[in-house]
Amino acid sequence: MNSNLNTITAIAFLLLHSVTQAPGAEITRATTDFSQPEEYELYPGGAATHARAADRRAYSHPSPNMSAERKLDFTLGKAMFKRLWVSAPTATQAADGLGPLFNARSCLRCHRHNGRGRPQDEVGKTANTLFLRLSIPPQNDEQRAELESRKVKAIPEPSYGGQLQKFAIRGLKSEGQVNIDYEEIKIKLADNESITLRKPSYTMTDLGYGPMHPDTMISPRMAPQMIGLGLLGAIKESDLSALADPEDHDGDGISGKLNRVWSREHNKVMPGRFGWKAGTVSVDEQSQSAFFDDIGISVPLFPDGAGECTESQVACRKVPNGNSPQYENLETPSQTTAWMALYARNLAVPQRRDLDAPKVLRGKKLFYESACIACHKPKFITADETIDPEHTRQLIWPYTDLLLHDMGEGLADKRPEGDASGREWRTAPLWGIGLSAVVNGNSYYLHDGRARTLLEAILWHGGEAQVSRDQVVEMTSSQRADLIQFIESL
Amino acid sequence: MKKIVLVIAGVALSSIALAAPSKKEVLSHYTDLAHAMYQDSLTSAKDLQEAINNLVAKPTEANLAAAKAAWKVSRVPYLQTEAYRFGNAIVDDWEGRVNAWPLDEGMIDYVSADYGDESDENPYYTANIVANKKLMIGGKEVDASKITKALLADTLHELDEIESNVATGYHAIEFLLWGQDLNGTGPGAGARPASDFDTKNCSRGNCDRRASYLTASTDLLIDDLSWMTNQWAAGGEARTTLMKGNAGEGIAAILTGMGSLSYGELAGERMKLGLMLHDPEEEHDCFSDNTHWSQYYDAKSVQNVYTGNYTRIDGSKVSGPSVSDLVAAKDTSVDKALRAKLNTTMAKMQVLVDSAEKDGVTYDQLIGEGNKAGNAKVMTAINALLAQTKDIEKAVTALNLEPIAFEGSDSLDTPKKVFE
Repeated sequence: MNSNLNTITAIAFLLLHSVTQAPGAEITRATTDFSQPEEYELYPGGAATHARAADRRAYSHPSPNMSAERKLDFTLGKAMFKRLWVSAPTATQAADGLGPLFNARSCLRCHRHNGRGRPQDEVGKTANTLFLRLSIPPQNDEQRAELESRKVKAIPEPSYGGQLQKFAIRGLKSEGQVNIDYEEIKIKLADNESITLRKPSYTMTDLGYGPMHPDTMISPRMAPQMIGLGLLGAIKESDLSALADPEDHDGDGISGKLNRVWSREHNKVMPGRFGWKAGTVSVDEQSQSAFFDDIGISVPLFPDGAGECTESQVACRKVPNGNSPQYENLETPSQTTAWMALYARNLAVPQRRDLDAPKVLRGKKLFYESACIACHKPKFITADETIDPEHTRQLIWPYTDLLLHDMGEGLADKRPEGDASGREWRTAPLWGIGLSAVVNGNSYYLHDGRARTLLEAILWHGGEAQVSRDQVVEMTSSQRADLIQFIESL
Repeated sequence: MKKIVLVIAGVALSSIALAAPSKKEVLSHYTDLAHAMYQDSLTSAKDLQEAINNLVAKPTEANLAAAKAAWKVSRVPYLQTEAYRFGNAIVDDWEGRVNAWPLDEGMIDYVSADYGDESDENPYYTANIVANKKLMIGGKEVDASKITKALLADTLHELDEIESNVATGYHAIEFLLWGQDLNGTGPGAGARPASDFDTKNCSRGNCDRRASYLTASTDLLIDDLSWMTNQWAAGGEARTTLMKGNAGEGIAAILTGMGSLSYGELAGERMKLGLMLHDPEEEHDCFSDNTHWSQYYDAKSVQNVYTGNYTRIDGSKVSGPSVSDLVAAKDTSVDKALRAKLNTTMAKMQVLVDSAEKDGVTYDQLIGEGNKAGNAKVMTAINALLAQTKDIEKAVTALNLEPIAFEGSDSLDTPKKVFE
């Protein structure tokens, strides 16, 4: 109930922010004092933090410092987000254009309560919230040059395209289904404890468009939590480049690099920030590409009405599409995608809980001293100029550096994406992660949801994170509990 | 921040005029109003129940028309409660059972073939409970041979966590009475024949099950409204929560409800979206074409809780200490401005009502593509709601309520310190 009332106050903060001096590095330096919570730590998203109940709607509130006009647009974005799309043609020009190939009929279907997806549903079938990206190694000089220019991040599988769509509109074949098999791996922990991890393997069945290219690489992707995205976009590029150390010159075993990828919106190479491998530069591009790839709706940056149908999927390209002259010859025009991007950028991060509890503070110390913060960087001050006024010059606590790190063989998908190798993943933001179970009724972590608990997720860390992970293995049982307690308080 | 608050306090001091009621008195009257509105909702829902029982007993066109009329009447008090939904968690958590919308009507009963059957995303999209005695849910077979309140509320409503799987409430009843509106943005509402409930001369099959669905969902509505009425009675949870809590937070909850209903729910999701998309599927009462009244009484709801006035279904008037009194005591100009904005909104809503009731041009036609004059009428109403929201925010400031919302938020109160 507090959120609306925050508006005026928060606007006043913004005004004050804009007249203050440039911030020093002092504020964002990691603390060494774990005797009490830090100042402002309660508000991971700065003035864009919401103070509402920690319930299943905890990821669904707007930035409280939005004006009424912008909150209205936020609700329009929300409505589009849950809208069920239908196939063309229908009487309603503005509502059709589903597919022809798709993974879901609405955004909300995968992003339930704006939270994490799950790899399987309750009867063990692969859930819609997980899909496979597809690509092949470059086959010729032309394709090598395309990758070199960074205009593409991967070479799509020739018949199926860049991802496998599990559904198709009536009269067309779907591309195929995905099966997951899990192999159990038992890990011994100090203090006579052990834990069982599950290692997934993926097979595609019922392929509708012939055999795939023999060198096809797959990468499973599960829907991530959607809070604080605008704030991640508001982190200064210079702050991110300063953290990058691709050659590990400082010799700390942590390299970290930006994924530099092509922006369709800006027509140039920019740092990638969004997606499991930081393959996309902005929330708007991420949301438009998901709209196009997952639902099959043409949008300003991806105008093809046939969605992700490839040249060889002839029938798929021939069915009527929903592109309409009065809507910029698209199925969803720029006004609508702008609402959706505004919505996605402004899903507020919840307030911390229990941050002054002794076990949380002990866990925080362990988190910092085990060097988790080498990648899960606690603090940033956002830029002076940002897409959303709500996100300007805020002290934020995302616990990520948005950089790519080698995460070892265990997590490797062996499928490069832009500058990201098959072993590299972007550091996932940890803010709000403790409410994942409350929001979604279950919680699955990492890019494919293989981890069922936060501890399992930590134990999957390898590569650059191996040393930190091994420290967790060696911790006493109560230390591990403290560490998890801290992460759950985020 | 402190400086700003002081300035506001200065302005307020200069225009103090009236003796204000206490916050507790305002809250007490707010709960009394809620009780009156839910009680009226319950009373008129019982009239609806009687009309529906008549229809099921004797499925004539006249009885169907009477049931439809009773449904429209029952919406009047209910819609005026909507400002209670936001700001009172107990109402918001319950609301989905009685007023959920939009719904995938194919889950309930037969629909036109144009509706499509491709919903891998919502497998129950065309479940058609009326026609199917057995349903597969989450890999398990569910016995739907008897359509009961429990089946609808506990098993089928929001099936598989999909919000549009609406099995209960006013809009499920609306669909059962009217049927699909197949006229798009053209004139006309749903046109279900009374013989859809006639077991002896059944037009579309399963008339007995359709009738059971209708009576079970109506009985359930009565249960839900009785429950909510009790929550606002003496000793009820909704009343107790407000009266025992911090009075300032209670007042803030009232204003939150007013603001959220104005800008977000009504101006945003229920009006601007459908207008921008020209999509009758986004119309709130899409089967009955009663949307103009639903918007009118939602706006009325905001006005009611601000002024503390409500006209009951028997014509009697209720009034008492209000948020308006509190604001006026702090700054009469803020109160006057907000009252004026609320009146403007009601006038703009009246334009939409007149269009439907006098000119026969209903809301789904007004938002139609190419209907420039109609679109403009709707946009004017949206802008009025937005304008009133800004004045609601000014009322919040006048009452110095922000510090409550920001309890302990030193990060935000002292931003200068952060960036030194």
